[in-house]
Amino acid sequence: MVLLFAERSDDELFRQALAFARGLDGDQLHAVGIDDADGYSPDGWASALAQLIRERAPGAVLSPGSERGNEVLAHVAAQLDLPFAANCVSVAPGDPLTVTRVRWGGSLLEEARLHGSPALVTVAPHAVAADTTGVEVELVGPAPEAQTRMSERLEAVSAGVSLADADVVVSGGRGVGSAEGFVIIEELADLLGGAVGCSRAVTSAGWRPHTDQVGQTGTKISPSLYIACGISGATQHMAGCKGAKKLLAINPDREASIFANADYVVIGDLHEVVPAISAEIRRTRGG
Amino acid sequence: MNILVCVKRVPLTGGKIVLTEDERAISTRHLGFTISPHEECGCEEAVRLIEQHGGSSTVLTLGPPEAEEQLRDMMAIGIDRAVHLLTDGEEWDPQATASAIAASIGAEPEPYELLLFGNESADAGNYQVAIRVAYKLGLPCVTGIKAISVQDGHVRCEQEMPGGSRDVYELPMPAVVTVKEGINLPRYPSVPGRLRAKRKPVESSTPARAGEPKSGLEMVRLTLPPGSGKQAEVLGDGAGAAPAVVGVLHELGLV
Repeated sequence: MVLLFAERSDDELFRQALAFARGLDGDQLHAVGIDDADGYSPDGWASALAQLIRERAPGAVLSPGSERGNEVLAHVAAQLDLPFAANCVSVAPGDPLTVTRVRWGGSLLEEARLHGSPALVTVAPHAVAADTTGVEVELVGPAPEAQTRMSERLEAVSAGVSLADADVVVSGGRGVGSAEGFVIIEELADLLGGAVGCSRAVTSAGWRPHTDQVGQTGTKISPSLYIACGISGATQHMAGCKGAKKLLAINPDREASIFANADYVVIGDLHEVVPAISAEIRRTRGG
Repeated sequence: MNILVCVKRVPLTGGKIVLTEDERAISTRHLGFTISPHEECGCEEAVRLIEQHGGSSTVLTLGPPEAEEQLRDMMAIGIDRAVHLLTDGEEWDPQATASAIAASIGAEPEPYELLLFGNESADAGNYQVAIRVAYKLGLPCVTGIKAISVQDGHVRCEQEMPGGSRDVYELPMPAVVTVKEGINLPRYPSVPGRLRAKRKPVESSTPARAGEPKSGLEMVRLTLPPGSGKQAEVLGDGAGAAPAVVGVLHELGLV
């Protein structure tokens, strides 16, 4: 039997985890969610799941590899002293189970044996296509003896197009050269109704806030078009933009590794190319 | 206040990862080393909290002898002391890592009020060592924290949610907190800082690895994901490429 933890039952990551769970055991699948009337509690939610695991003895416990999915399953693993494999893209049946999991934000894969029963696994985002049929989710109450619970939620202060949801993202890297250099990046993003992004080198230099950073430790984006200007394409950065449908890379270095992942390439200095693109857009719009 | 920050030595990967012949590690012949970005911010946060409240900060790593370089890098930005749990270079799984870290913390004469970790390591990304350490020490734990403030024996933590809202937690100390990049902008080490760090002692010991060799999460091998298979279309050189770029924008329905 597979126990599937539904941190949320209405989102894309849950439907992907559901498809993944059906592939593991399509016949005996129990999806459970936690009644969150008292607010989120990582250890409390995990205690509730651990109790279910003791009662129902599943062979595997799955969850979406969301922040909270990973957090709750890690708490379950610590409470039951079991191994836990985070962000798996596939599992092969057997004793022990063999999993393939994501490292370096997806730049590397690890094959590992998971010695423990039940197997605790979270499903890496976009490892499989989402299930479209749905499943009934049983709601259980959180354990009353929770040690840690959120006390309040501060709502987001919205400012323009959000990076995570933007349909077009124009990013600048070290090649932009300065904070002021981003004026031409902002101009192109504005013309395309998109958001401005940047690489980690840029936030480390203090040219842009961390909220603009695309990457493994920044924001993961999935726009229709990603325009990467003066970005070499380190694994740290590519982990954040591999969800982009199309990638246009502008870089003076013919050997830049970002070109291996690009759909379109312009070889040249972004300080010349980017303003020329903005001017051309204005010209075609007759302005 | 005593603050501990746990860090992990990882290679500075460039654009392309090459594996060793046995497929169990990244070939680092041409690479430098660093720590995970989240952990760098953890060290900066510890230095700032000690500047504000007084006390002492400690950086701890479990790793090969070469990881001393990363401990000194963090002392160079202002961490006071370093603890090195030596391994032979083979990667330990999360359970063995957490056991050794918890045992080392438990053996300290002075307790830590705040134990900081990165939300996940840059390389393995197991998302669990800090949480396991918290349970072994019987401490509360929150993860993915983007703001910390300390007052009256409590730590207030803000966790960033998808969409930008923030969930707030108030924990009694001692507590385990994992942080994310963006909580602060880490400083660069100064030259005097580097010189001071060179002279500071590193307390090293060699812990026994808990668990059977074939237990827990046992890494078998690493593989490179299939390439994008993309053949990029070169739109041109320099500013002269602009009309071709706008042609593509038209095709994609963006202008």
